[in-house]
Amino acid sequence: MEHAFFTLQDFLTHTKGSVYILMGLALAGFVGWWRFLVARDEENHKNVR
Amino acid sequence: MSTETNKTSLITPFNVIAFVICSVGLYLTVLRFTGGLAAVSNLTDYNPWGLWIGFDLLCGVALAAGGYVTSSAVYLFGLKKYHGAVRPAILTAFLGYAFVVIALHYDVGRPWRLVYPLFWQQGPTSVLFEIGLCVFLYLSVLFLEFCPAALEWLGLKKLRNLLHSATIALTIMGVVLSTMHQSSLGALYLMAPSKLHPLWYSGYLPVFFFVSSAVAGLSMVIFEGTLSHRWLHHKMDNHYLNEHDNFVFSFARAASWVLLGYFFIKVFGIAADNNWKYLGTPMGSWFLVEMGVFVALPCLLYAIGARERNLALCKWTAALAVLGIVVNRFNVSMVAFNWQLPAAERYFPSWHEVWISIFIVTLLVLTFRFISTRMPIFYTHPDYQDEH
Repeated sequence: MEHAFFTLQDFLTHTKGSVYILMGLALAGFVGWWRFLVARDEENHKNVR
Repeated sequence: MSTETNKTSLITPFNVIAFVICSVGLYLTVLRFTGGLAAVSNLTDYNPWGLWIGFDLLCGVALAAGGYVTSSAVYLFGLKKYHGAVRPAILTAFLGYAFVVIALHYDVGRPWRLVYPLFWQQGPTSVLFEIGLCVFLYLSVLFLEFCPAALEWLGLKKLRNLLHSATIALTIMGVVLSTMHQSSLGALYLMAPSKLHPLWYSGYLPVFFFVSSAVAGLSMVIFEGTLSHRWLHHKMDNHYLNEHDNFVFSFARAASWVLLGYFFIKVFGIAADNNWKYLGTPMGSWFLVEMGVFVALPCLLYAIGARERNLALCKWTAALAVLGIVVNRFNVSMVAFNWQLPAAERYFPSWHEVWISIFIVTLLVLTFRFISTRMPIFYTHPDYQDEH
């Protein structure tokens, strides 16, 4: 069911709260994604050593 | 690299198809400039911007972003090992912008008045004016960046060295101008909040357009390199060929990274406007297809391709990502635009419009082939071997 907003402040609190939570997830996602992207490079470097 | 001039027949399948496209295209050009827009297009007052803006301009500018992406990577971020990729990228970008301007004539008409907004009657408060100014300046910058290759071919060493010494300044100007007008193309649609579907409309549209242009640039460099490898292999020197695979993997990795960011900011856009409810509608399904097939999937495939060093996967993913940018620009400019109008009043391009767009792309490909088979684009000129 869709959430009803009665004031602009309600709306902004809800949407900004959602965006901030998503931004936190995105930042964590970036770290994980970078580790996934360079994992093989790190393995190759270890093998070379 | 082959130094011999190959005496091959002009009658090849490619040339025959190009001849047919160009012949009909020239006929339609005459029809357009003598009969007006109504003679060749389905444009109306409801839909004044159609395929020529959605494809030729929006896609053309986005897909020409490889110029600023590659030159800034090499000259500003110091990735000198990818130097061989700069000239093909600059040539693609220069021709891309040049043909964007040519295509714009079909839409605007009266070519002799194209310079009016710049020199006679400026509209400095208009986003469109800023785009026009930036495209005008950036096309000039790209021309100057492309010139050293032409001057090496012509043997004009002094002028070539003078322009070559301005490379860094031109690269910086290119990045600044691209940042401005790539985002402004998205900002154009901020004036139509009631016409553009809420899932595509967002206050972040300029950011979406700019970030996706970086993806388009990276993908287009890989895509264009793949096609060039297939058809212009004999024009490439060992330096280009040796570094080609590595730059594909590096660009694929960068594109995956940027696509992830693009995916997230698109989600932020939905969250910021609380537009989740639209995802369950038919237009929402199409939005999810765009996000899933043309953003998330290339992001994943690029990452796997770069990680596993799978060249074929990276190249196919580049084609998918390029298609994704085209789909996104089509969605913003046509599919999601005027989405509330009844079907009978929705815009669908006429075959003339489609043919003229294909004609423009064919001209671009022919010009690219003409230049890259003659000038040092995929190889270093023998007189300048020591510069890199």
